[in-house]
Amino acid sequence: MKARIKITLKEGVLDPQGKAIANALGALGFDGVGDVRQGKYIEVELKESERASAEKTVESMCKQLLANMVIENYSYELEDA
Amino acid sequence: MKASVIVFPGSNCDRDVAVSLEAAMGEKPAMVWHGEADVPASDLIVLPGGFSYGDYLRSGAMAAHSPIMRDVVKRAKKGTPVLGICNGFHLLTETGLLPGVLMRNASLKFVCKDVLLKVMRNDTDFTRSYDEDEVIRIPVAHHDGNYFADGETLDRLEGENRVAFRYCDASGTPSDDANPNGSQRNIAGIYNEAGTVLGLMPHPERLADPALGGTDGKPMFASLVGALH
Repeated sequence: MKARIKITLKEGVLDPQGKAIANALGALGFDGVGDVRQGKYIEVELKESERASAEKTVESMCKQLLANMVIENYSYELEDA
Repeated sequence: MKASVIVFPGSNCDRDVAVSLEAAMGEKPAMVWHGEADVPASDLIVLPGGFSYGDYLRSGAMAAHSPIMRDVVKRAKKGTPVLGICNGFHLLTETGLLPGVLMRNASLKFVCKDVLLKVMRNDTDFTRSYDEDEVIRIPVAHHDGNYFADGETLDRLEGENRVAFRYCDASGTPSDDANPNGSQRNIAGIYNEAGTVLGLMPHPERLADPALGGTDGKPMFASLVGALH
């Protein structure tokens, strides 16, 4: 099973990198760019075949290491191998 | 006094801080590799600056799960003083010993320069050789030093007198111009509740000898030796 995990900044947390990307897009001539938020995308292959236990594992991975819960949220999708 | 400096792959201020400690203590600190399970008996544990594990994922995120950190956290909770400088501060927030997080600098640039700091308290083991409200000059060198915590946490830190240092101007005023990285409320360093764990972004070990161009960092090591010998 494969977990596709997205880590994003919580609302209200300033994202200077996102702002810089928005400015650069504007400089390239892309009009109408609003707020840009940057995040992380992580793929993890899991040996587990049961969805419920895989969910539990991924939640635990996100909370313990992959996301910093002070500033980040996580979401994920599981894909059968 | 016995001190231990924890060394991670990618630490680069471990020897600098060992020199400052030795100058103050009169003996060398133990250099403890991150893969060890136990810190030797120590009156002080130092988490040095650098780029542990290449700052992969987030600064300090990997090192926070090093085998040695389990023991560091255990000892910190039992009251052993812990000093985390720069990447060491990242580690203290990633392990939850200190609240908040250090985000990318607001300027998005690596900042490497001397800054002025206001010493907010001089009643801790780390700062008793400074005067209260003293303005000191200490270098910063970081890309991720932008201190962030939610408003409630910031209010609690201030209410409990846990802000250790603030970026300030020459008169001691914490202004936006004096803030090198966008840190909330100009916070450069904070204590845990007991005042026994200090995390700060500036590097006192880099100005702790006249040969380095300044000595404003030296009183921190003198304070620790005075308190813990």
